[in-house]
Amino acid sequence: MLAAGERKLALWNMGVAYTAFLIGTLAGLLQVFIRNDQLELPAWLDYYQILTAHGVLLALIFTTFFIFAFFISGMSKSLGAFGPKVLLWNWIGFLVMLAGTILATVMIVIGEASVLYTFYAPLMANPWYYVGLALFVVGSWIMGFALVGHYMKWRKANRGELSPLFAFMTVSTIALWVIACLGVVATVLFQYIPWAFGWVDTINVELSRTLFWYFGHPLVYFWLLPAYMAWYTVVPKILGVPVFSDSLARLAFVLFILFSIPVGFHHQLMEPGISDFWKFLQVVLTFMVILPSLMTAFSMFANFERAGRKNGGKGLFGWFTKLPWKDLRFTSIFIAMAFFIPGGAGGIINASFQLNEIVHNTLWIVGHFHITVGTPVAMTFMGLTYWLIPYLTGRKFSNTMKKLGFIQIGLWAVGMLLMSTAQHILGLLGAPRRTAYSNYNGHESALEWFDGILTNHVTMAVGGSILFLSAMLLLYIVIMSAFVSPKAVEPHEFVEFPLAESDKRATPKILENWLVWIGIAFVLIIIAYAIPIAQMIQHAPPGSRGFITW
Amino acid sequence: MHLHKYEKIWLVFGTVCLIAFLSIVGVNAFAHDHTPAGGIETIDPEKVRETAPFNEPGVKKLDDDTYQAAIVASAFAYDGGQTLTVPVGKEIIFKVTSTDVVHSFTIDNTNVNMMVVPGQVTTKSYTFKEPGKYLIICNEYCGTGHHFMYTEIEVTE
Repeated sequence: MLAAGERKLALWNMGVAYTAFLIGTLAGLLQVFIRNDQLELPAWLDYYQILTAHGVLLALIFTTFFIFAFFISGMSKSLGAFGPKVLLWNWIGFLVMLAGTILATVMIVIGEASVLYTFYAPLMANPWYYVGLALFVVGSWIMGFALVGHYMKWRKANRGELSPLFAFMTVSTIALWVIACLGVVATVLFQYIPWAFGWVDTINVELSRTLFWYFGHPLVYFWLLPAYMAWYTVVPKILGVPVFSDSLARLAFVLFILFSIPVGFHHQLMEPGISDFWKFLQVVLTFMVILPSLMTAFSMFANFERAGRKNGGKGLFGWFTKLPWKDLRFTSIFIAMAFFIPGGAGGIINASFQLNEIVHNTLWIVGHFHITVGTPVAMTFMGLTYWLIPYLTGRKFSNTMKKLGFIQIGLWAVGMLLMSTAQHILGLLGAPRRTAYSNYNGHESALEWFDGILTNHVTMAVGGSILFLSAMLLLYIVIMSAFVSPKAVEPHEFVEFPLAESDKRATPKILENWLVWIGIAFVLIIIAYAIPIAQMIQHAPPGSRGFITW
Repeated sequence: MHLHKYEKIWLVFGTVCLIAFLSIVGVNAFAHDHTPAGGIETIDPEKVRETAPFNEPGVKKLDDDTYQAAIVASAFAYDGGQTLTVPVGKEIIFKVTSTDVVHSFTIDNTNVNMMVVPGQVTTKSYTFKEPGKYLIICNEYCGTGHHFMYTEIEVTE
């Protein structure tokens, strides 16, 4: 069991994560009913306010707090108990992040910030919304640096040794996060805040968009890498095999740092202000991420096969039936991975220079991130939650909870399949995202979008409702494991933190040389961004004043 | 560093895919001139109505085979002159800008899908193959009336 300090810290992070999850999923449920015209909101509440809350609370708040709960537990488990300083700075970071979250959420709820989570200028929210976002990022940095401090102490005490895989991956993810946030910090501190408080009159819109997407794309890797950490380190333990290859895992994470940041232009392919050459260069860099993704897929399936054969699976695919399907911890993550196969392929489509024209800002994109972040990431986090909370509270995870857990992930998978399939097809037909109910005055083309078997107004709502049911079931399990389930007494009743053995004897030392990798990352960023950003500043049009159009 | 034999085969396969994908995208873009909407022309967002061609929004014939459609997007409507009518089979150069927030100019059933950023002019060239009335919508969130922001373009023989 972990030291009491870390357990409390991790549980508080988890608590904030699931509070955000509750409000965020409720907002999601309301959305599907507004979109098919079955629900009219009271005058004080607006569709775009709910949409903003849904995006911010699920994509930013739920994920980040959950990730830190996972990091704190895993770092303490793999490197040993935190010292008082590490613990203190983690608490300071947590409180700053929480203060930012509350400030931003209040601004959304009182209708002062219906700017969606991309907050594109010159839509101008209440300045305190941007302050809230800034505090959130600063808080996450403080927690991140505190964890890095814990890691440095371990490295000093174990000179010349490679750190445990979990710690290495945590530090990689924090490095990626800090480098990525530089963009959003720059735009929020130097552009949005002075402008929203009225200290300057105008904002350079194209520059703000570019700095946002410099952050916005690696942001998705900040969600994804912790899920990958579970796939690489937790899943093998559940399967009863060691980590497939320690060096492969580390190399994949290094490549993710390199190829997830200098690629933000692929979100801006349809807009002016960036020349085709620079857009294309970032498309090329975006595609590089295929390599670490395929490496990950390989080692996952290699583990499955090894475990299945160990359990007596015969023939080419016989091992598949011998996997621990009755283990909730495994099955949840397996379904999460399965969703990522079409999710990743869709990502390559989105990033393609020309194909993006077909799907840009359509419902396809919404479908895409519901089968990338909404399932592979979220369902992996659910799979971790089942054991992580009982592990932290020292409570039992009963068979009833296990059964409910299977129902919960089953519902999530079915709901997501219905909703995201409908969204993907609707997007291909041309239906836009980020809109409340609209038939464009009964326009023929707009009505045709919703004319299919899967693509009618009901399917998305049914999918969304099933998802909400699943979310409520999950919250019930969370509350039970946190506060109600009986305490474990006998040794076999305690839930463990499954962490696989990783053989680092053959791992090259250079993989843990941060100076090299962060150095290369910055070189790539400078190649991809220096000239286009310089052009945006030198060749800037007169700036935009703020608009409140909601 | 040790890599499993099958892993090496898998990575070679991945790298070959990567090269194939990028070659297709690249040849399409630079040899066949199939590039998405863009442009690096700037404009004062406060003076859109006084700046050509947006001082007279609408369709203009440039020569026998090319037309220009200048359109001003603002919350929550497009101004493209009285009615937007263009001929089928001719190159139409769309030029769009915004007087306020970010919008889009997306023509349903075509691959015209342009982001409209204040301070910038977005350009996209398109040739309609079929006559008819096409729905144009804003697919970038621009405020409470966002889902009512649309217009139509008529493509004639």
